[in-house]
Amino acid sequence: MKYYRAHVLICSGSNCAIKGCRSVKQACEQEIIRHGLQGEVQVVDTGCLGLCDQGPALVVYPEGVMYGRLTPSDVLEIVSEHLLKGRLVHRLMQQPTGPAGEVSPLSMTPFFQKQKRVVLKNCGLIDPERIEDYVRAGGYTALATALDVMTPESVIAEITQSGLRGRGGAGFPTGRKWEYTRVAAGQQKYVICNADEGEPGTFKDRLILEGDPHLIVEGMALAGYAIGATRGIVYIRGEYELSIHRMEQAIRQARENGLLGEGILSSAFSFDLEVCAGAGAYVCGEETALIESIEGNRGEPRFKPPYPVEKGLWGQPTSVNNVETLANVPSIIEQGALWYRSLGTPSSPGTKVFTLTGNIVNSGLIEVPMGITLREVIYEIGGGIPEGKQFKMAQTGGTSGGCLAAAHLDIPMDYDSLQSHGSSLGSGALLIMDDTHCIVDLTRCFLKFFVHESCGQCTPCREGAPALYHLLGKVSAGAGGHADIQLINRLSRTMQSSSLCALGQTAPVPVLSALQHFWPEIEAHLNGRCPANKCVMGKAAGKIAN
Amino acid sequence: MLTNVTINGRTIAVRPGSTILSACRQADIKVPTLCHHPDQAVKAACRICVVEVAGQRLLQPACSYPVSEGMVVNTATPAVREARRTMLELLLSNHPADCLQCPRSFACELQQLASELNVRETPFESRLRQLKQDQSTVSLQRIPDKCVNCRRCVHACLTTQGIGLLYTAGRGRDTVVQTSGNVPLHDVACVLCGQCLQACPVGAITEVDETEKVWDALSDPAKHVVVQVAPAIRVALGEEFGGEAGSVVTGKLVSALRLLGFDRVFDTDFTADLTIIEEGHEFLHRLSHGGTLPMITSCSPGWVKFTEHNYPEELAHLSSCKSPQQMFGALAKTYYAEQSGIEASSVFVVSVMPCTAKKFEAARPEMTSSGYRDVDVVLSTRELARMLKQAGIDWAGVSDGEFDAPLGISTGAAAIFGATGGVMEAALRTVYEVVSGKELGSLDFHAVRGMAGVKEAAIQIGDLVVNVGVAHGLANARQLMEQVANGTSPYHFIEIMCCPGGCIGGGGQPIPTTNAVREQRIRAIYSVDEAMTLRKSHQNPAVAKLYADFLKRPLGHKSHTLLHTEYVKRG
Ligand SMILES: Cc1cc2nc3c(=O)[nH]c(=O)nc-3n(C[C@H](O)[C@H](O)[C@H](O)COP(=O)(O)O)c2cc1C
Ligand code: SF4
Ligand code: SF4
Ligand code: SF4
Ligand code: SF4
Ligand code: FES
Ligand code: FES
Repeated sequence: MKYYRAHVLICSGSNCAIKGCRSVKQACEQEIIRHGLQGEVQVVDTGCLGLCDQGPALVVYPEGVMYGRLTPSDVLEIVSEHLLKGRLVHRLMQQPTGPAGEVSPLSMTPFFQKQKRVVLKNCGLIDPERIEDYVRAGGYTALATALDVMTPESVIAEITQSGLRGRGGAGFPTGRKWEYTRVAAGQQKYVICNADEGEPGTFKDRLILEGDPHLIVEGMALAGYAIGATRGIVYIRGEYELSIHRMEQAIRQARENGLLGEGILSSAFSFDLEVCAGAGAYVCGEETALIESIEGNRGEPRFKPPYPVEKGLWGQPTSVNNVETLANVPSIIEQGALWYRSLGTPSSPGTKVFTLTGNIVNSGLIEVPMGITLREVIYEIGGGIPEGKQFKMAQTGGTSGGCLAAAHLDIPMDYDSLQSHGSSLGSGALLIMDDTHCIVDLTRCFLKFFVHESCGQCTPCREGAPALYHLLGKVSAGAGGHADIQLINRLSRTMQSSSLCALGQTAPVPVLSALQHFWPEIEAHLNGRCPANKCVMGKAAGKIAN
Repeated sequence: MLTNVTINGRTIAVRPGSTILSACRQADIKVPTLCHHPDQAVKAACRICVVEVAGQRLLQPACSYPVSEGMVVNTATPAVREARRTMLELLLSNHPADCLQCPRSFACELQQLASELNVRETPFESRLRQLKQDQSTVSLQRIPDKCVNCRRCVHACLTTQGIGLLYTAGRGRDTVVQTSGNVPLHDVACVLCGQCLQACPVGAITEVDETEKVWDALSDPAKHVVVQVAPAIRVALGEEFGGEAGSVVTGKLVSALRLLGFDRVFDTDFTADLTIIEEGHEFLHRLSHGGTLPMITSCSPGWVKFTEHNYPEELAHLSSCKSPQQMFGALAKTYYAEQSGIEASSVFVVSVMPCTAKKFEAARPEMTSSGYRDVDVVLSTRELARMLKQAGIDWAGVSDGEFDAPLGISTGAAAIFGATGGVMEAALRTVYEVVSGKELGSLDFHAVRGMAGVKEAAIQIGDLVVNVGVAHGLANARQLMEQVANGTSPYHFIEIMCCPGGCIGGGGQPIPTTNAVREQRIRAIYSVDEAMTLRKSHQNPAVAKLYADFLKRPLGHKSHTLLHTEYVKRG
């Protein structure tokens, strides 16, 4: 193997790509050649570094110095100063230096210090397009171990003991889901990786697929082995072109290396994967709508029961798992359930990847142990609220998540305590809003999303979401009264109890949590006043609601 | 092993795998439904049927949720009532509540729900969608504003009829059921069978009402207005007046039509017998002259249109015989006019049909062999009922009457035309006796009766074994047609009826027309047959006289011009 004295890892994730990381990389390569450094310094594309807000970004190793917000001309300076002369370019650095001018390791910066990287362990460290890099980082050891010394039952037992719960929203225990699929009667079982990720402001699954696609190949092969499936499908949202490309490439590489296909690693286990590009609608992320979509039908959820574990794709037992869920699997098999349980909380072991967005200094992708408080995430990792404004609310779990107020900053972020406060972990979206926003206005915006994304199949969601949106419009315009609040409550209860799928069942959650946690502000609207001065009062409610 | 469930405090044992809904029905507990249709797959979309299942966080739809041992269900808790009421209010908020103008009034499931759930108004802002109506066809119209998105029509067109013209488009509040690209029904391969209408719980699909045309003719002294009634009407019309499904009301039907003011009350059964003679001879001719086989019946206009659209290369298989309705029209304005000395131009022919496609058939340009439009107006069973009510006829008090001669004389073989397998059975009764010269022992061909989708029989006639096939509902018909198209059909003679159960299950019949109702009407049809003294078409004396005095012989020149037709390749 060729030896390089330095490596430049440039993030090639989508968030950086829109900010021009391609031209930064080109400039970097040209400049290295111009200085004749190509034999000493290697430039590598890598996955998301997490600080997407500061992209395009790169890290120079061995020092571990991260440079951010780069333009092609900045790179000329990095090459001529850092790579050629060994002098740090302080103005572009994203981490502090010590008294002696030494770089504090990236992992010790506030952004990384509180993080715990299991799912993202390779993101930003390896070239996702090279299977060799993944293997060198310990990849496919878990699969080899499982095929060599574990029965499918013991793989399921390990996952069950680890307490791993689904990261796609519902938090269902993964081991149990696999067990149900394993014991269900069926000729051909399937594993489906759900990478539809239609949630606004969420991009964790995309960046995992882009940054470490082999991790998902390995996780799915383990799932296939455990449940007795020989076929798997990675359902990736259509717009995620880079994810699709990298996943297809990883599948090809895995096949070439005997890690997919007939008799994997000379065992009796055969398993293969294909990528299916999603149809685009948010509801297609719901597991049964996703299955309908794969079957070529209109992407509409099916009623349950029967559940996919009994009758899924083509009526066969199917385990649908989120990207992040599957990304945890190789580490659990490799390091054991006990190790996994040492992370997080007893009811929610492990880590959780969040996408931090909204009014926050460091927006981006983070992975933290379950149970961390909202305060730590916002003020330590996230760097607080910008422009000296005050925290107003955090919405966890995506558009259907609850709105938490300042009083909740110290609750632990895990499945159960969020649920007990009317919210959820959901997809891992974390939206932070400062005090210039109005809660009525915000919840109306959230609802508008569901008005558009309802598949239109069932009455409470199809008709209820627009009606709820209209009622909030009335409140926002100062035309609402207590009767409207009662109606909002009744309608919300009906949507929650009677909708066919979780989209309609959870659409009223932001509204209900706002009523619970921000009542004084809502009451002010009933009296014709918007404390945040966002709502236009007195406009005819009918005109407002659309 | 049965499953024990407790519903509203009562424990009952039901078949394992039953839904909560069927368990409730078994326990005589009524659960309101809307998207549920007893003959269709579960949709669980409207959510009106939600109930409380102990231990479940969410309410569950009774129509889809399976029972399990020890399950405790409550169907009318405050939470259930609140949810149902809220959903109904939501539906009503975008529904044009014009029950007064709506032909579906009193047979509308939404109206009934509102009444049963005691929902009289909605607190939600009214949001009428004002979608474009489809009035492109002579048979059906679609009023999408009244649609409640239950998708029962989608299932009817796709699964029952195997056509699939209707589907869900749009999302969220803009979700609508429409044809692809919202093209009018006239411009797609719609066969106008009205099975979508039969499936629809509300007035979003209705027949084109032509009762005014009939009132006008009846009040025109210059017109001699005759009416023919199809076999299926006499076992269904009673339902429109609160009668049990499958009551036979032939006598009342005749008198009521007379009370309405028709100059003659005739019977399509007469030309049904005639059809058997013509079609039977056509079949024998094809058999002996190497004609196109299998021969397929052509009396169902939806079926004919289906073939024209989907199997244009196989049209030669269709019998060239017109349907009984059209044979009647052609004869009414020739033979009957001549015989009774009435100017053909003043004869006005009304038919009462169980079928919406018959309106289309009567309007076909080919159907003018009398020199006029052979059948002037086609009324569905429902339209006739509407006229009787409008005329203030007290159905209960109407006494029995008899059809007029000669076009009202018929046999039991004609009566069974109304049920699937009936045309085949009638044909076999005649063909057997004509060919073998022997009298049939039993007239009943049980193999071709009943609701099985495809039926077949092999009958020894003379030295030939004749293989016959019968299908009803176009999805079943397609199976037989695929065999015909790829040359593997094992049959000599095939009967196909467009609608499930045959004409008794047609798109013009009283609502509801479910398979359970169809079975009762079929039973009634066979009872009509059994009660007749003449049960073979070739025994019909009026038909014999028609040949002697007018047509001369089956498949003769007159028959050819008046009773046979050609088909159009529609692609
Ligand atoms: C409207 C809707 C959208 C969803 N979108 C996603 C998605 O994009 N990705 C995902 O993994 N799960 C999504 N889910 C959850 C899935 O239905 C399913 O629970 C999940 O994929 C199961 O995987 P897990 O057990 O690993 O969480 C969605 C659910 C709903 C109701
Ligand atoms: S809840 Fe909404 S998205 Fe889900 S099935 Fe019903 S209409 Fe469709
Ligand atoms: S469809 Fe039903 S509820 Fe609607 S107007 Fe007609 S009768 Fe009334
Ligand atoms: S009339 Fe028949 S063919 Fe036409 S849309 Fe309705 S069900 Fe389909
Ligand atoms: S047209 Fe009638 S049957 Fe079809 S979806 Fe609408 S309400 Fe249901
Ligand atoms: S995508 Fe580049 S740092 Fe996240
Ligand atoms: S009748 Fe059960 S959901 Fe419609």
